[in-house]
Amino acid sequence: MKIIALAGNPNVGKSTVFNSLTGLHQHTGNWPGKTVSNASGTFSYNKVDYKIYDLPGTYSLISHSEEEEVARDFICFDKYDLVIVVCDAVCLERNLNLVLQTLEITNKVIVCVNLMDEASKKQIKIDLDKLSNILGVPVVGTSARNKNGVNNLLEKLDSTDFNDTNIKYPNEVEEKILFLTEYIKGKVKDLNPRWVAINLINYNNSLYKKITEYIGINLLEDEIIQNQLLECQNFDLVDMLVTKAEEIAKEVVSYNDKNYKNKDLKIDKITTSKILGIPLMIAMLMVIFWLTIKGANYPSDLLFKFFNFLEIYILKFFNFLNLPSFLIELLVSGVYKVLTWVVAVMLPPMAIFFPLFTLLEDLGYLPRIAFNLDKMFKKCQACGKQALTMCMGFGCNAVGVSGARIIDSPRERLIAILTNVFVPCNGRFPTMITIITIFFVGINGSSLYSVILLTVIILLGFLLTFIVSYILSKTILKGVPSSFTLELPPYRRPQICKVIIRSIFDRTLFVLGRAAVVAIPAGLIIWLLANLTINDISLLNHIATFLNPFGKLIGMDGVILIAFILGFPANEIVIPIMLMAYMATGNLVEYESLESLKNILITNGWTIKTAICVLVFSLCHYPCSTTCLTIKKETGSIKWTLLAIVLPTLIGILLCFLISHISNFI
Amino acid sequence: MYLSDMKVGDKGIVKKIDAPENIKRRLLDIGLINGTTIECVLKSPFNDPIAYLIRGAIIAIRKNDCNKIEVETI
Repeated sequence: MKIIALAGNPNVGKSTVFNSLTGLHQHTGNWPGKTVSNASGTFSYNKVDYKIYDLPGTYSLISHSEEEEVARDFICFDKYDLVIVVCDAVCLERNLNLVLQTLEITNKVIVCVNLMDEASKKQIKIDLDKLSNILGVPVVGTSARNKNGVNNLLEKLDSTDFNDTNIKYPNEVEEKILFLTEYIKGKVKDLNPRWVAINLINYNNSLYKKITEYIGINLLEDEIIQNQLLECQNFDLVDMLVTKAEEIAKEVVSYNDKNYKNKDLKIDKITTSKILGIPLMIAMLMVIFWLTIKGANYPSDLLFKFFNFLEIYILKFFNFLNLPSFLIELLVSGVYKVLTWVVAVMLPPMAIFFPLFTLLEDLGYLPRIAFNLDKMFKKCQACGKQALTMCMGFGCNAVGVSGARIIDSPRERLIAILTNVFVPCNGRFPTMITIITIFFVGINGSSLYSVILLTVIILLGFLLTFIVSYILSKTILKGVPSSFTLELPPYRRPQICKVIIRSIFDRTLFVLGRAAVVAIPAGLIIWLLANLTINDISLLNHIATFLNPFGKLIGMDGVILIAFILGFPANEIVIPIMLMAYMATGNLVEYESLESLKNILITNGWTIKTAICVLVFSLCHYPCSTTCLTIKKETGSIKWTLLAIVLPTLIGILLCFLISHISNFI
Repeated sequence: MYLSDMKVGDKGIVKKIDAPENIKRRLLDIGLINGTTIECVLKSPFNDPIAYLIRGAIIAIRKNDCNKIEVETI
């Protein structure tokens, strides 16, 4: 089996090339010891089996982030038969930089110039044959989205047309490289000596460490090498490579329409304008929320009905097996009920939100959000890309937390992870909206009004995010904001079918799976608490009574607190647990109507103040179990996970305390 | 003049990059070195970051990094 590495800059359609080569024969996991995901796939062509690794997008082989390090280490140190470097035809010049760097390591390279359709729309012509001649390796043009050229790429796979690179540095540099190459030959194991020589001249600490580790000797301790390097101090090889890329691009690319960028720029002038930029962004998010909330009701109902229907048969089946009634109750009213409840309330909104969000992502709009808001994050010494992780947090905080991988600086990434919970996720929307409707808008009030109030709460969440980010970067996560280069890629027409499939599989089912894992034990515990009684009162109500004084202190009551605690696996079940405790039933209760819910809450002493405190506490308390698991996985540290739990909870308690006590004076 | 002084529509050639090594490398990744032609194309709502056309791609750079890059307008 032949091994292929697929490399390329971000946003060049690398994954599309990967998908069109492998189809469904894909496997995703993580790189060993890394949080970076690893996609690999297999396919065969002309009776040869291939295994292809989709490397993370990277601009160069000098790594900055963990993802780039994975790509670099693979190309530099792993065993493979071929590297396919995918380039963007629209800005080939910049992409050539990675091609040239890769060619320094191996000549087993196929250059795949993708997005040829976009280039031709912009009247950019690329002379692929000439490029192939200059580089000395095969070059293929593709438009992977429309499957154009993918066959040509396949045909080149068994090509033997790899020449040693013609890319040379200026003579004085080349002389030194040749000398060093000869000198270290035999000392570098199976690494390419020319590449090692280049990296001695063009010293980079982290890469050099890896090389030393790999070959087992520190070449810089060699006196002859030291002396040679003294004479190389003025050489700036990287600059030379960039200039080389520029020269090559000049020869092979021709622009027939010098103003090809104007159409995108016209859109950008609106989406990033001083007056419209931010309102437009908020409006777009509001539309997505509205569609999600409105659209999820009906499928949620259907799922509830379906699961209730199924429950009858499961009961019959268990009875048929003659299981003890205690066990049946535990399994059906406990585990089954909570699990299906979580699925019924979580699945529809996520199945609507994530495709919509992925659509915006595919369109290329998301980087504009980071561009618009970066200054606010910079003020908090954080990264503008945090805005994107926050957007993902609306769908699910766990997705927001793992999305923080796009942030290069570890410090800024931690800030994004620790504050993501201040963005209310889909799971908390229903609770918030129900309470807003009952206590503020009125049951017959307009849904637009509730969306506006919800937006106010979300803005409070943003405010908290900024304040906490600022405090974190002034205290335990000290540091200056790192440099920030953000590409604003051209807008592209989204591929709707692929978007739906990708978002359902990658995000929705992933989150649902993790939630289900926790819902099962939680269902068990909730049922036991609600059904084991001491003096005819359930354990649940005993705990609620115990928590009541503290609950009252922060404007709520014991039942609300125990509901939040047991809502750890999924915030969606907070209100059902409250009802279960208020009504002293042994099962989760779906309220008949908002009217009846309102009556129950008011008879149990709820006031406007209680409602405000519940809203605030819903916005800031510990993340749900799925998110906590994800934080643990992403940070690899219990300490940070604990902080992510304690920090928002303390803030929530403090805010609720203040609200309840200040309101006493008014 | 510095990159941050450019107005939308201005074009220039990079003359000097006076930044720490890590920032330099980031800029290098996107192809910004001495002699690179650069055009200021967009300002964000709060005037920071600013987006430039660099080697066919639109790249946003923060103002305090722009202050370290000298350009000569053309």
